[in-house]
Amino acid sequence: MGKITGFMELERATPALRPVAERIADWDALYKPFAEERLQEQASRCMDCGVPFCHNGCSLGNLIPVWNDWAYRGEWALAVEALHRTNNFPEFTGHICPALCEASCVVGINQEPVTIREVERTIAEQGFARGLIVPRPPQELTGKRVAVIGSGPAGLAAAQQLTRAGHTVTLYEKAAHAGGLLRYGIPAFKLEKHIIDRRLQQMLAEGLTVRTGVHVGVDLPVAQLRQENDAILLTGGAEQPRDLPIPGRSLSGIHFAMEFLGQQNRRLGGEDLSREQAILATDRHVVVVGGGDTGADCVGTSVRQGAKSVTQIELLPKPPKDRAPETPWPLWPMQLRLSSSHQEGCSQEWSILTKYFEGEDDRVRRLHCVRLRWQENEGGGRPQMTEIADSAFSLDADLVLLAMGFVSPVKSGLLEELAVALDERGNVRVNDRYMTSVEGVFAAGDMATGQSLVLKAIYGGRQAAREVDAWLRGGETVLP
Amino acid sequence: MMQNSLPDKQGLYDPFLEHDACGIGFVASIDGKKSHGIISMALEVLVNLTHRGATGADPLTGDGAGLLMQLPDAFLRAECKALKINLPPEGRYGVGMIFLPKNPHLQDSYRRHVEQIIADEGQQLLGWRAVPISPDAQIGYTAKASEPAVFQVFIGQGITPDEVDELWLERKLFVIRRRIENAVLGYSKEEVKSFHIASMSSRTLLYKGMFLAEQVAAYYPDLSEPAMVSAFAMVHQRYSTNTFPTWDLAHPFRMICHNGEINTLRGNINWMHAREAVLASPLFGDGMKRLFPIVPEGISDSASFDRALEFLVLSGRSLPHAMMMMIPEAWENHRQMDPDRRAFYQYHGSIMEPWDGPAAVAFTDGRYIGATLDRNGLRPARYLITKSGLCILASEAGTIAVPPEEEVQHGRLQPGRMFVIDLQQGRIIDDGEIKAEIVARQPYRQWVEENLIPLDALPDGMPVVEEQEPLQARAHLFGYTEEDIHLILAPMVQTGEEPVGSMGNDAALAVLSDRPVLLFNYFKQLFAQVTNPPIDPIREELVMSLYTQLGPAGNLLAETPDHVRRIGLSQPILTNRDLEKIRAVTMDPLRAKTLSILYPADAGPEGLKQAMVRLCNEVSVSLAAGYGVLILSDRGCSAARIPIPVLLATSGVHHHMIRSGSRNQASIVVETGEAREVNHFALLVGYGASAVNPYMAFELLTDLAGRQLLGGEQDPEQIRYRYIKAINKGMLKVFSKMGISTLRSYCGAQIFEAVGLDRHVVERYFTGTVSRIEGINLEAIAKDALRRHQRAYSGSLAYQDGLDVGGEYKFRRDGERHMWTPTTISLLQRATRENDYGLFKEFSRTIDEQSQALCTLRGLFRLKRVPTPIPLDEVEPASELVKRFVTGAMSFGSISKEAHETLAIAMNRLGGRSNTGEGGEDPQRFKPRPNGDFARSAIKQVASGRFGVSSHYLVNATEMQIKIAQGAKPGEGGQLPGHKVNEVIARTRNTTPGVTLISPPPHHDIYSIEDLAQLIFDLKNVNPAARVSVKLVAEVGVGTVAAGVAKGHADMILIAGGDGGTGASPLSSIKHAGIPWELGLAETQQTLVLNDLRGRVRLQTDGQLRTGRDVVIAALLGAEEFGFATAPLVVEGCVMMRKCHLGTCPTGIATQDLALRKKFTGEPQHVINFFYFVANEVREIMAAMGFRRLDDMVGRVELIRTEQAVKHWKAMGLDFTTILHKPDVPSNIATRCIQPQDHGIDHVLDLKLMDLAERAFNNKKPIEIRLPIQNTDRTVGAMLGGEISKRFGVDGLPAETITCHFEGVAGQSFGAFNVNGVSLHLQGAANDYVGKGMSGGRIVVRPHRHSALVAEENIIVGNTLLYGATGGEAYFRGIAGERFAVRNSGASAVVEGVGDHGCEYMTGGVVVVLGRTGRNFAAGMSGGVAFVYDRRGDFSALYNPAMVTLQPMDDADEKQLRRLLERHRAYTESAVATHILAHWQAAMALFVKVMPVEYQRVLAQLKAVREREQHG
Repeated sequence: MGKITGFMELERATPALRPVAERIADWDALYKPFAEERLQEQASRCMDCGVPFCHNGCSLGNLIPVWNDWAYRGEWALAVEALHRTNNFPEFTGHICPALCEASCVVGINQEPVTIREVERTIAEQGFARGLIVPRPPQELTGKRVAVIGSGPAGLAAAQQLTRAGHTVTLYEKAAHAGGLLRYGIPAFKLEKHIIDRRLQQMLAEGLTVRTGVHVGVDLPVAQLRQENDAILLTGGAEQPRDLPIPGRSLSGIHFAMEFLGQQNRRLGGEDLSREQAILATDRHVVVVGGGDTGADCVGTSVRQGAKSVTQIELLPKPPKDRAPETPWPLWPMQLRLSSSHQEGCSQEWSILTKYFEGEDDRVRRLHCVRLRWQENEGGGRPQMTEIADSAFSLDADLVLLAMGFVSPVKSGLLEELAVALDERGNVRVNDRYMTSVEGVFAAGDMATGQSLVLKAIYGGRQAAREVDAWLRGGETVLP
Repeated sequence: MMQNSLPDKQGLYDPFLEHDACGIGFVASIDGKKSHGIISMALEVLVNLTHRGATGADPLTGDGAGLLMQLPDAFLRAECKALKINLPPEGRYGVGMIFLPKNPHLQDSYRRHVEQIIADEGQQLLGWRAVPISPDAQIGYTAKASEPAVFQVFIGQGITPDEVDELWLERKLFVIRRRIENAVLGYSKEEVKSFHIASMSSRTLLYKGMFLAEQVAAYYPDLSEPAMVSAFAMVHQRYSTNTFPTWDLAHPFRMICHNGEINTLRGNINWMHAREAVLASPLFGDGMKRLFPIVPEGISDSASFDRALEFLVLSGRSLPHAMMMMIPEAWENHRQMDPDRRAFYQYHGSIMEPWDGPAAVAFTDGRYIGATLDRNGLRPARYLITKSGLCILASEAGTIAVPPEEEVQHGRLQPGRMFVIDLQQGRIIDDGEIKAEIVARQPYRQWVEENLIPLDALPDGMPVVEEQEPLQARAHLFGYTEEDIHLILAPMVQTGEEPVGSMGNDAALAVLSDRPVLLFNYFKQLFAQVTNPPIDPIREELVMSLYTQLGPAGNLLAETPDHVRRIGLSQPILTNRDLEKIRAVTMDPLRAKTLSILYPADAGPEGLKQAMVRLCNEVSVSLAAGYGVLILSDRGCSAARIPIPVLLATSGVHHHMIRSGSRNQASIVVETGEAREVNHFALLVGYGASAVNPYMAFELLTDLAGRQLLGGEQDPEQIRYRYIKAINKGMLKVFSKMGISTLRSYCGAQIFEAVGLDRHVVERYFTGTVSRIEGINLEAIAKDALRRHQRAYSGSLAYQDGLDVGGEYKFRRDGERHMWTPTTISLLQRATRENDYGLFKEFSRTIDEQSQALCTLRGLFRLKRVPTPIPLDEVEPASELVKRFVTGAMSFGSISKEAHETLAIAMNRLGGRSNTGEGGEDPQRFKPRPNGDFARSAIKQVASGRFGVSSHYLVNATEMQIKIAQGAKPGEGGQLPGHKVNEVIARTRNTTPGVTLISPPPHHDIYSIEDLAQLIFDLKNVNPAARVSVKLVAEVGVGTVAAGVAKGHADMILIAGGDGGTGASPLSSIKHAGIPWELGLAETQQTLVLNDLRGRVRLQTDGQLRTGRDVVIAALLGAEEFGFATAPLVVEGCVMMRKCHLGTCPTGIATQDLALRKKFTGEPQHVINFFYFVANEVREIMAAMGFRRLDDMVGRVELIRTEQAVKHWKAMGLDFTTILHKPDVPSNIATRCIQPQDHGIDHVLDLKLMDLAERAFNNKKPIEIRLPIQNTDRTVGAMLGGEISKRFGVDGLPAETITCHFEGVAGQSFGAFNVNGVSLHLQGAANDYVGKGMSGGRIVVRPHRHSALVAEENIIVGNTLLYGATGGEAYFRGIAGERFAVRNSGASAVVEGVGDHGCEYMTGGVVVVLGRTGRNFAAGMSGGVAFVYDRRGDFSALYNPAMVTLQPMDDADEKQLRRLLERHRAYTESAVATHILAHWQAAMALFVKVMPVEYQRVLAQLKAVREREQHG
């Protein structure tokens, strides 16, 4: 540990957001640059705990105290190495991870936690800037072929690991570019897309084949893939969004968040949108249904598109401003999380139940809602909601974005054709070795777990890669 | 072969582990005149040493006593005449004193053996005499049960060659005895048990048995016969750790009696065996082999020593010469020593390693009688010479009342010094003379200079051949982890020391780990506790030595220049260059042979065994070819070549050489990539390596430096130097925790216990090592090695980016398993804060499951449940169970006031007990708070530093706990750096803020078991109402130590697990010293039950206890009480940062920083919740097991099962039979505590004093008391002081309220814990520990007014005076022994000369020495001031300059000194003081002021602050 008293001397500091007026005028990154020395100072706040809760809080098991120290000492090469031992894509998580680590940081017991995510991001950026992140092609090939279907974080991580293990890997992606939700779901201001491209360059140089624009199960029969490959790994995500089946749902102007966000990302990426109807918030009253991160992304995107107004509503009650007592440290805190988007102009409402959409000319115009009261369930279990009498109200809405999460993977096509067994939630069932009910077909990421976080997807991809590798070798895996 | 009735090895009990200690003494007529009076006086000495012995469960059975004297020719002649035995002239016959079985058949059979061998050796059997036994002698039933028939056999000198030396008959008798002893080995074990030859000599005769002191004379009427005369009589009172009838183990032996302990015994025995192959002496001729083994297995350390000594003497060395070989002085760092004498020791160092350990040895061969002390002077020995030419030497002064006017000289033995009386010449020969004579026997110095080659003098060899394989691959191969590099290697270079850590070890045991564990980790360091002291290798560096030699060792029985033709090393860690020098030696007999310890990787796990066979063959071939140095090398590893674990190779070769009788033909040097940390080097040396070259560690360090990761250190030489320095320092620490001073005696001493190795591995490769639960076999060891090899060569990407994460020292998800994880910590904190039993159950389930997932031994246990559980409400309530719970000893200082008081309040609310830890307690906490809370810790700890241990502190205790060791760092001291000693801490510790406080490794008043009994007695006197407990740490043999402690009258014994926590300790100690409490507790329970001692002592255990299941298992293994430390700290908010040693605890627990302390959020209620949760869980398990009361569970090991539990491939070999053994004892033998101890304080002198002082108590009017005193009056003043503290509080009584005048020789601990208002004036002399813990008042000791002695030239008081004194004043007219005013923090004292180590660890107070000091004065002295009257001008060579400077005196000093001298003169009529005061100016020029550097700085700061306040 570099600095023993760092946490006693320094307050937490993070990069500043650019002013709202400036940032909503473009799609660029939200944050101002952060001086390297200041970041190193921040890294010195790490206490290098005997029991590092952050390291455990992180799904990937990142060796946080180790690279915090290397960052503090400016040992970027060692930091990059330590960081990549557990995480293929720290530049992704460094930008968009909710940072479970920081929630469980020991400094956070009674102070502001260490800015772990910022350290992670910086190490990754230093790594690229200093040429420390280079292709690491396998030393010899196994001759085994693997198809990885779906290029989100799970697929990317698995593909990179399997390639490095010496297998010949093809990564299939139905969209025009690889990256999955990283590219199409997350707004550019949160994750600039060249960051993904930069990493793909490395992966291609390592020998990975990426086939985009190929929708397996639609454009390409799975049977053929199975024939051509020794193993198949499904990492297609959980793309089936949760719907809101209430009166008026069929009106136009009501879209799933991903349609909206995906289109904007493709627009920025220069993809051809001419054959589809534009979903734009420009000059519209936008209501975002769903109070999570995707909802916030819809807010920020709507603002940048020039919405007249943006309202975000949420079924659940407003969380407390600070860590709720039921979720003491080191648990993931239940607390109000305001994203950058919320500063950019929107109103937020909680405990709102949407009753029906009202439209004009087949287009949605209003949203009718009622307020809810949430009560503890005496017998334990989930809290109960009741509608508050006479609390009905309506909102102007000529673009409604449904950001209520995802229910499961899309079944049609690939999964149906493979006839893999599903679990009770409709996800692909895998055993503890990541294999589906079909021999030689593996699954990981949201497709196997249901919707989750990017870092969990990366972790799943890495773990699945180990199992695929072991299976292909008929023995021990060489992967970490 | 012996009378020995120790039980057989069973369960965890092993008779080999028994210890003993004692009081020794002799009375001799210096002119050699024989009289019966000598014998009577010696018997009186013996009786007055009774308190140094012990009794077991049977009050009439002593541990043994005996008397050795010259052969009483006249008496025997008369007796023989009656028996019609014709004795030849004196000197032409010998007498064997033989214990025979009472069974007549067996007796006859033995007698025939004896007779036949006598005849066989051409000598004459003259006859047998049944030694009369007094029918009235009251010996105990235990002794009676194994009472032998005692016979004397008379052997006449028969066939004799023409020219014989004076020892011819002695030698012949020795041969006869050894042959008889070897012959009876053919008998069955039971039969052999009742045979023993106590002595067989033409010069001496020995009467001994399993007696209390006064029983010796009563048992043997011979001893009362006036015709029974001798010029000397040597006596011994034994204190053994057991209560078993062992007539043979009573001392004296044939040549010695010994007080102390030989720590290096295992090694000494092995080396003696090793020598046998090359032993040759014309004196014994060809028949030598019949005498082997010289030192048989299975006898005590003292008996072994006696055997070796006897052999050396009979083969031609004089007795003092042999003693000098076996117990050499600390010559290595002694610059003032005469070069010839140094050369003598150096020469003999190549012949024999020291028999290392605390020792006062009295020895005789019939002509010489003498005594010597070990190099560190750790045992007391005082002597008195009288006008009538008597010399009385004993462990204590005053064992015989001698009129003061008869006294000629009072002296003491000094460290490493010898005292010899030549009875033929009729005079005392002092140390200088006798040694000068011996040293001049041969031109030793010339031999050394001409033959011994210092390593530096060797020419360089070839450059090292660089390794072909990449560094990282090799690092994997040798199992390096990131932690090894960054937490171990790098810090060693940066700081020059082994890194420090904190909290306990909660990681999986090696044998339970899933990871490939280095073989090193299966060994746990042993350490000294109670039966001998650890040493402080820093402050007492002068006795420590890493010096060693390489090359073959010659015939022990000859003396030639060739014996020292060897390579001398100043320390054992070799750089590559050093090693190449050795490798390049071509000169016989030092030629070096390099033997590769690699074997083919594709040989699989079975390949290791063949590899060892091949290696041992190569060793034999090399030895036959005359190589004198064997270099075992694991260089050249590759994908195809895998190294034998280096420890296995080293120890395997070592034992192969011992077995094949070739061990002394060559030294083993190890060239290895595997060794990196202190423990590795200690193990390699402990298993036979003389030197080690850790080439990988060097290479990795160079690599780190190249990458700028060593804090800028670049110079490779400097890096190696610092690394070696750190390892050296660490090794000395490891040696010293076992009380061993020298590398040469540590080498091969095997001071380790194996945990988890199967018996075949141990028997073959680690012969003689204790391994009690079996474990992995050779294949499993090989498998681990293969797994490491795979990391390097399987192509795994996991290991391409870097080394394994490790996770030993810090939690890592992919690293070693720990019990404390983010999950368990957070569950426990949430459960206790939210008072949620459900969450706690989740916690305990997780812990118990982890435990089962092979972190702990108890994890593998299954509890036997009853089919129908009893209703929960019938089980003892939780409110009762919690009273058995205590919190661990954590000092206020190591943890914050908030954390400390929260625990105390919680435990007081519960009715459990909290512990002060070492550091005193603020008296404000002794009063309950207005809200009813009580922050007083019920347990007051008494640790080696004695910080804050005053009379007032002790009387405020419910329990007084003597901490012998602590799990995280047994055998080590501690240090609280000055910057952590704030105002409050300084106040509670009676010291000065800002001054560093050092806790010495040993208690300086406990070097031996009888010393502990004395301290228990002291404490009990101060506070008779409180119980006394003794904290021990689990290691092999802890059970026997506990038995000794129980005999020393402890009320409770705490067996702490080796995993316990700490605020700061070297990492290797946290990890590698001490064993799980399961083993220690079970061993203790078994041993106490076997000894019938369990009924009078309670047992407690601690060390990573967390759940109800843990408590239940502890109870079943034998504990009645349970300690928790880490868990309550976690409840208070600890998150196992393991940063306690840095003081940056972020939750305000282990810190004194105000800002951090504000972050403390623990509450007593949380702690209470925790203990209730545990208690409830215990109740649930009790119900399931069918128990209503916890007492009923204690010791019920049969309810633990281990079948089906073990599934792990490594753990499969484990066998818990020994842990789960239940001694088969009759039902009347208690298996839990059922009765209190008898502390023997019902008749102490203080009761009389208190009676007489009652008036002063009532009206505080001064009174004077006059009483005689003798050495059996111990701890005088302590009970009186305790009573005063209790009644009048910390300030005691007004000065001079009670004045006592004593005449005589006071027993130990005179004036201990004296308090304000009490003055103790003694005319005569006193023994050890005067003024121990004195908190106030005055002690004066002066010679008797009728004594004609020159006071300032004679010893008047013993060793270790004013230990931990916090106030008061003391005046001693005369010289004191070693360690005067050790850890004094407030007393003023004047003395007229002191022994070695004066003012050691002193932190405050004033000491005036008006005469010579010994060496090492002021070592570790961080506070206070000493004035030394340096008349000879040699003081500057005697003090230890590490922490103090010598300064001229200023006016204030002069004033202070003058005041003290005036008082000294007034109280003692000191001639020296009178002279100085009369010649003040001249005397002042000779005074030196000894001032601690830090203390001076702190005082200056204080002064500046005060001045600023005055002016501001």
